[in-house]
Amino acid sequence: MIKNIKFIIIILFGLFLFLVFLKGLDKPNSYSPNSILNQIETKLTARTLYKNKEISLGELIDKNNFSLINVWASWCLPCRNEHSYLINLQKINNINIIGINYKDKEINAKKFLKDLGNPYSEILIDPDGTISIELGAYGVPETYLVNRKTNEVIKKFIGPLDDLKFKEIVKIVNNEKI
Amino acid sequence: MKKFKLFIIIIGFSLILVNNLRAQDTDRVNKISKNLRCLICQGQSVYDSQSDFAISMKTLIQKKIDEGKTENEIYEFLTKKYGDWIIYDPELNKNTFLLWFLPLILFVFGGILIIRKVSIK
Repeated sequence: MIKNIKFIIIILFGLFLFLVFLKGLDKPNSYSPNSILNQIETKLTARTLYKNKEISLGELIDKNNFSLINVWASWCLPCRNEHSYLINLQKINNINIIGINYKDKEINAKKFLKDLGNPYSEILIDPDGTISIELGAYGVPETYLVNRKTNEVIKKFIGPLDDLKFKEIVKIVNNEKI
Repeated sequence: MKKFKLFIIIIGFSLILVNNLRAQDTDRVNKISKNLRCLICQGQSVYDSQSDFAISMKTLIQKKIDEGKTENEIYEFLTKKYGDWIIYDPELNKNTFLLWFLPLILFVFGGILIIRKVSIK
């Protein structure tokens, strides 16, 4: 009798472990940063690249219905590739593109924009990378689509923008009339 | 001359004091960054890594400490931004309670088995 109970307990425990691990299998084991979407820290202030004055992110986000915050650097090659997408996005009326210049030399950043065009309405400089970390960035390039009313990140794009991501941004901006 | 000596001693002491305070600060940054996972590296903590991400993270932690934030406030801020995954020592919540209590349950269960086996003999 005792043997039977032990056997049942062991079987049940095994089954329990099996179920736990089975459930664990369902979860994607690669960490997905997209799941963490939250409000933008509007109080973050930084110096701007051209005007050389302190400005808060909140003031910049206020301009249009949608803001696209793009973390970039002149030394980052993928940023060079995604730049044409930003230039195209700038032509959409209700998008306001804000640049965060990550750990860059000002002179290089300015040359980069001179060569490839400037899609940004304003650029904040982040010489030690702390502003990007406060935004929740992992590196460059990174792009956040922000809703003006709620200051909420609608979508976070890690890595350079491409055709697919470009279409997604355009779709969101066109569909969500605020 | 006496005054000069006193002056030198005071300067010396204040230097030691400042140095000590600074060292404590770095100790705290090190302690916190050792418990943070470098999210873009493989199997390294923020403390170990020299990637741009980790260096910025350490600067930010220093800034937060200078602002007077406590260790827990810094962890809370970072988990809000990057999720529970960033902390090596996960907090107890509904997603992690099994992680914390399963070893305990196994220990008790095993203990009972051993005691029973011994007492039966």
